[in-house]
Amino acid sequence: MANMDKVDLLSLYRRMLLIRRFEEKSAEMYALAKIAGFLHLYIGEEAIAVGAIDALRPDDYVISAYRDHGHCLARGSDPGKVMAELFGKATGLCQGKGGSMHLVDLPKRFMGGYAIVGGHIPLATGLAFASKYQKQDLVTVCFFGEGAVPSGQAHEAFNLAALWKLPVIFICENNRYGMGTPVQRAVALYENVAEAARSYGIAAERVDGMDVFAVRALMRRVVDQVRAGQGPYFIEAMTYRFMGHSMADPSHGHYRTKDEVEEHRKRDPLVVLKETMLNQAQCSESDFKELEREVGEVVAAAVTFADESPFPDPASLHADVLVEE
Amino acid sequence: MLLSYREALNQAMREEMRRDSRIFLIGEEVGYYQGAFKVTKGFVEEFGPQRVVDTPITEAGFTGLAIGAAMAGLHPIVELMTMNFGIVALDQIVNNAAKIRYMSGGQLSVPLVIRGPGSAAHQLGAQHSQSLEAWFCHVPGLKVIAPATPHDAKGLLKSAIRDHNPVIFIEAQLLYGTKGEVGDGEYTIPLGQADVKREGTDVTLVAYSKMLLVALEAAEQLSREGLDVEVIDPRTLKPLDLDTIMTSVTKTGRLVIVEEGWRFCGLGAQIAESIYSAAFDYLDAPIVRVTGEDVPIPYSRPLEDAAIPDVPRVVTAVKSLCGAG
Repeated sequence: MANMDKVDLLSLYRRMLLIRRFEEKSAEMYALAKIAGFLHLYIGEEAIAVGAIDALRPDDYVISAYRDHGHCLARGSDPGKVMAELFGKATGLCQGKGGSMHLVDLPKRFMGGYAIVGGHIPLATGLAFASKYQKQDLVTVCFFGEGAVPSGQAHEAFNLAALWKLPVIFICENNRYGMGTPVQRAVALYENVAEAARSYGIAAERVDGMDVFAVRALMRRVVDQVRAGQGPYFIEAMTYRFMGHSMADPSHGHYRTKDEVEEHRKRDPLVVLKETMLNQAQCSESDFKELEREVGEVVAAAVTFADESPFPDPASLHADVLVEE
Repeated sequence: MLLSYREALNQAMREEMRRDSRIFLIGEEVGYYQGAFKVTKGFVEEFGPQRVVDTPITEAGFTGLAIGAAMAGLHPIVELMTMNFGIVALDQIVNNAAKIRYMSGGQLSVPLVIRGPGSAAHQLGAQHSQSLEAWFCHVPGLKVIAPATPHDAKGLLKSAIRDHNPVIFIEAQLLYGTKGEVGDGEYTIPLGQADVKREGTDVTLVAYSKMLLVALEAAEQLSREGLDVEVIDPRTLKPLDLDTIMTSVTKTGRLVIVEEGWRFCGLGAQIAESIYSAAFDYLDAPIVRVTGEDVPIPYSRPLEDAAIPDVPRVVTAVKSLCGAG
């Protein structure tokens, strides 16, 4: 990793830092009751979204589940509009009708966050089906947790994707807990979740989800293959969520120990990346200070924008239930 | 031109698929088998397996795939071998197809038709005999159509395909072989427009799908007994054309609603509520509902017959309402 491009690294770090600081601020805003409902934080998993999405073209499709802020921000959505959506404001990405779990940013080809576990995986195969049907060389990337792998809809989608060689990359973010249930108690093949995809003939491999380089390098290779029509791919990215399942769940709860969380925090993806940058890319502490300052300003501005934005007019309640002719 | 209901549907889809290459058909046995009920006869020869897509028996998976494809700009027609299997795909239909436009604040749309046979048909047993239209009508974001005649089937299916929303299109299995005059060449019937199938002045009979034929036969019998029955087919169940029903009720002062679906929370309850609220002063008698019995549809022929409205029951209901019983 010697002679790594400093600009590239700073850019990767900045995107991961933006997600981290944005989510920390979201937690604060939740405590202040500016954000309500369910709020599932992505803290600890940033390297996956940033590493994977960095390998895509702007016209490729990205689709996610309910822990979707990181993917949306990594795709380049305006943090102000994302925060405003969490606040339920009219200026939000979805005009306040989606909320935390249903972010959509069509110009960024971010096709949404979906809150029924496993239910968006068939949608991803449909996006990929459409690219193939239209003879467009687009790739669809579908993020989900390991908790979605046992669901029937996931398996139906894996089979269709493999059967029709659809250009979709399934990224299983294995953070080891489906809500409060550890993977060992939910998935029979817990030691190798990727076997679920291999059983349909889908090429699969595991990657260190705490290492943004590893994720990006694998994705660059895989995206080319999938784009070339070689069929779907399944990536099991090993990670860990540092926070609870949602804001309703304390950070370590009764289903895991504080020691376990602390152990994983030693491999915090931002710390791992920063160490590499300090050691091998001629970066200095002042570079990081500058990034912290700049990202801090972006997040503060996002909160100000969200706070000062109006709530939706009740007159918009019935808008967009249907496409009006 | 005299066509069967089945041929009318075939013609509608064929004409639309010739017109627009974004339209494709997907479902179990739609291709090489030419449809379990032969609605897609000749399709794979004309359009090829890329556009007439045979699937494994996985309704949630391929319905979800179709929704994803619609989000990416295609216009899928999903054939469910029977609408009963729509229950297997209900998560996709209710949580995704119906909500994606709203949750995204109008960014995404799901132009999609989900069609197939519904209701009872000669001893198919409880799991293959259901009339589920009320379920679909209950969900905001869906349109629901249940045509009774070949002419309506063709014109409404073409409109459903051209609509930009998810449309549930229910074809009663026993109607496939029925024949009727179908207009030559290109025509469409707007969604949300009821049709007065028979004019009369004494009582209004509202019935759709297979029950329209029951209602028309009952009206014939009643006319021989001196009662002049007006028969209205809503055709589109959602949006529902209440104006046409209202106009009729203000003329006749009496309303009987016939539906094969279960009584409790049935579509007729909704129609009755709407008419009571808007036209109570015009009613000369309480609204009467003739419905399916609140039981799973039994297999044995006499029991099955007892569970479903028939001509004698409709005749009796109308006569008692009109004080002629």
